[in-house]
Amino acid sequence: MVAFATEKKQDLNLLSKIASGDGHGENSSYFDGWKAYEENPFHPIDRPDGVIQMGLAENQLCGDLMRKWVLKHPEASICTSEGVNQFSDIAIFQDYHGLPEFRQAVAKFMEKTRNNKVKFDPDRIVMSGGATGAHETVAFCLANPGDGFLVPTPYYPGFDRDLRWRTGVNLVPVTCHSSNGFKITVEALEAAYENARKSNIPVKGLLVTNPSNPLGTTLDRECLKSLVNFTNDKGIHLIADEIYAATTFGQSEFISVAEVIEEIEDCNRDLIHIVYSLSKDMGLPGLRVGIVYSYNDRVVQIARKMSSFGLVSSQTQHLIAKMLSDEEFVDEFIRESKLRLAARHAEITTGLDGLGIGWLKAKAGLFLWMDLRNLLKTATFDSETELWRVIVHQVKLNVSPGGSFHCHEPGWFRVCFANMDHKTMETALERIRVFTSQLEEETKPMAATTMMAKKKKKCWQSNLRLSFSDTRRFDDGFFSPHSPVPPSPLVRAQT
Amino acid sequence: MVQLSRKATCNSHGQVSSYFLGWEEYEKNPYDVTKNPQGIIQMGLAENQLCFDLLESWLAQNTDAACFKRDGQSVFRELALFQDYHGLSSFKNAFADFMSENRGNRVSFDSNNLVLTAGATSANETLMFCLADPGDAFLLPTPYYPGFDRDLKWRTGVEIVPIQSSSTNGFRITKLALEEAYEQAKKLDLNVKGILITNPSNPLGTTTTQTELNILFDFITKNKNIHLVSDEIYSGTVFNSSEFISVMEILKNNQLENTDVLNRVHIVCSLSKDLGLPGFRVGAIYSNDKDVISAATKMSSFGLVSSQTQYLLSSLLSDKKFTKNYLRENQKRLKNRQRKLVLGLEAIGIKCLKSNAGLFCWVDMRPLLRSKTFEAEMDLWKKIVYEVKLNISPGSSCHCEEPGWFRVCFANMIDETLKLALKRLKMLVDDENSSRRCQKSKSERLNGSRKKTMSNVSNWVFRLSFHDREAEER
Repeated sequence: MVAFATEKKQDLNLLSKIASGDGHGENSSYFDGWKAYEENPFHPIDRPDGVIQMGLAENQLCGDLMRKWVLKHPEASICTSEGVNQFSDIAIFQDYHGLPEFRQAVAKFMEKTRNNKVKFDPDRIVMSGGATGAHETVAFCLANPGDGFLVPTPYYPGFDRDLRWRTGVNLVPVTCHSSNGFKITVEALEAAYENARKSNIPVKGLLVTNPSNPLGTTLDRECLKSLVNFTNDKGIHLIADEIYAATTFGQSEFISVAEVIEEIEDCNRDLIHIVYSLSKDMGLPGLRVGIVYSYNDRVVQIARKMSSFGLVSSQTQHLIAKMLSDEEFVDEFIRESKLRLAARHAEITTGLDGLGIGWLKAKAGLFLWMDLRNLLKTATFDSETELWRVIVHQVKLNVSPGGSFHCHEPGWFRVCFANMDHKTMETALERIRVFTSQLEEETKPMAATTMMAKKKKKCWQSNLRLSFSDTRRFDDGFFSPHSPVPPSPLVRAQT
Repeated sequence: MVQLSRKATCNSHGQVSSYFLGWEEYEKNPYDVTKNPQGIIQMGLAENQLCFDLLESWLAQNTDAACFKRDGQSVFRELALFQDYHGLSSFKNAFADFMSENRGNRVSFDSNNLVLTAGATSANETLMFCLADPGDAFLLPTPYYPGFDRDLKWRTGVEIVPIQSSSTNGFRITKLALEEAYEQAKKLDLNVKGILITNPSNPLGTTTTQTELNILFDFITKNKNIHLVSDEIYSGTVFNSSEFISVMEILKNNQLENTDVLNRVHIVCSLSKDLGLPGFRVGAIYSNDKDVISAATKMSSFGLVSSQTQYLLSSLLSDKKFTKNYLRENQKRLKNRQRKLVLGLEAIGIKCLKSNAGLFCWVDMRPLLRSKTFEAEMDLWKKIVYEVKLNISPGSSCHCEEPGWFRVCFANMIDETLKLALKRLKMLVDDENSSRRCQKSKSERLNGSRKKTMSNVSNWVFRLSFHDREAEER
């Protein structure tokens, strides 16, 4: 036993705490869903009963446009006969400033995705290995181990890894509620700030994702102004993750923090930073293009040095520079992408409406925030996890439970819709329909049993009250006004 | 003043080093044969630009890999979306095979033990995060690559304790020096987590010998909990691959594969030096420790290799006929270029450490120093950068403890540029010789101190001997 203990201790000492610990966050159910998917991935022909991936926020709707462009522009690749004369120059290029034409093209694209209402200085653009690398870089630049960032909930589970794991930084949740559509309020910010103070966590900044992941909502001008004023007053940084900037659709308008700071006279721009990437807006996560854009000169300098740890391949920089410089293509791409996102969003929301399932009204992102609170046995995260397991393992949809996004209320789920084709979407909706039908059937026989009926009646009565409450909220307009929400199957059963 | 993190405000990124200052000067006044013939020649850049014609020729004949195609069909969609941090299987398999080929196929590598990273810089940092906690230490033989002060220390909080070496034995690692470094770390109350060597060495250009490797393996066998990291990114630059011994060969040949030592040996590799593709940002960690592989794989999310690049290189490295020819031709060209530099330097009276690998020579300019100090080294370096206009790297930036050594790169330029660099250097040496003759004459005339006179006489004799040799060669 002593020998074993010694050996165990040695084993633990071999690696760092960072490597031995769980800071990578992959024990979250967000990643468990991915594992279930990877063990049994859906394929329409090879594996029609497999798990459908709806936990992946990827934009795969316009890959055909991209493919066509690549075929028409062989000179964009330094490896074709048309582009090979540039091969040696590009292959050796490792300047961490990035190819000038790449930064210029990215700056121009960022302007387009914000309806050309703001200008971006290419000299403030720093490359990173995807948004993940960009976030870590910003955290290293702004905070010391033990410092904290305020993050409104619900937030992307990967932040627990990206911002905390190797930096030693804390994330302090800003609790947001469904009662007001999960809006970020100054009261919630102040409460979080105070909580951090009581926990002896120095607050260095506020991180917001706009458009929101997982909500799909965008921050309006007044809210953005209140955020800038809050951080300005406190003397803390504002980090705006805008990687979903071009995923707004319909009549929705995206307002960048870059636009808002122009309207605030005493704004200290040294406190303003943007994280961006081409993974979502252009559907190119495999190319690993992340961007740190900062108004703080010192942050730009240091982030550039840190970018050595995750530079973008110069081969990829060259390709992207050519593609994004083709303004006709970019304009068409953005327009078509929004149309396709809108159509897909309408498809899934109409399907859910037809099944009596609620969702948070939103017009951005590659996902929606689905409300399954009515299907919970109890308003607890245990119940949410239980339902989630049924959905992943029996219904076989990899959707992501709100608890993994640090959502304050159990029962919400993020459902991705842009990473699959139309038929797969139909299959997913059909599975949900079957699931809700089965649930409806299962509630009928229970009424026949007296003793069971009493217990169950008591339980359902509780849910019934909850349902009425939710229905009132629905009427407040958090669901599409054009899609009336039928009663929950459970309510119908009771009735 | 907006408060940033300590990492952002301190200088541990190392870029105040003269290694990087030289680069800054070069970038202000870069030599170009037509546009700026008087500019600074970049000899501080360890890049392999000698074989691009081979790569370009391969690309011309393999258009599918270059255009996101497989058998003529587009694979753009799957590549654009591919972000699995395990990497493309085809690429990792090809990479593992290439690593074996680089080592004369004396060892084989399991692609499941590979983690892809965005360059060697990222690989080294990731390993530090995996193996050490803030305040822990790694022992590094000096001289070592200046970038390590950033890569290994900056964001990880790891300390570096130098293993001292001396030119009297060709800067070889000795048991005594290793033990002394270990004791020094203990005195500083630092927990030693490992040793990191660069094999072949940067800046020396030498391969680590069997004797040295045995010293290292004896040390980590005796001291449990100590890792050995071998940065082997220059493995493909050895002029004769039989002279390169990978740490994996030692494990195999010394029957250590079934001991706990196996899990404590890790390799860093990349394609920046072997293939001359630093811009593509392809690095990797190789380890037999499953926990290291698991943690490093997750950490690689912070700097993955572009799927576009993975796809292209998986085709390139899978072409065995190409890689075999490439490695042979690469070694030949590197050796020839190195000889040009060594002989050119000898012709003007400057010696180099004898070497068999790398993209640089470790040049002995001690006779050109006015005194055996780092101040004198910096004076000479400034003269070389600003007057002679060559960006070479002073030994002190590599933590060499003997002033007067410089790393001079030779593979990032064409022959004509190298000749010009040597010509400029010759003018410096001639000027220095003239200057010393005047100095000697003045000294004698003024009846200078005996010690000073002796020193000048020694230098004079040294110079004279080189002039004699030059006469013979002429």
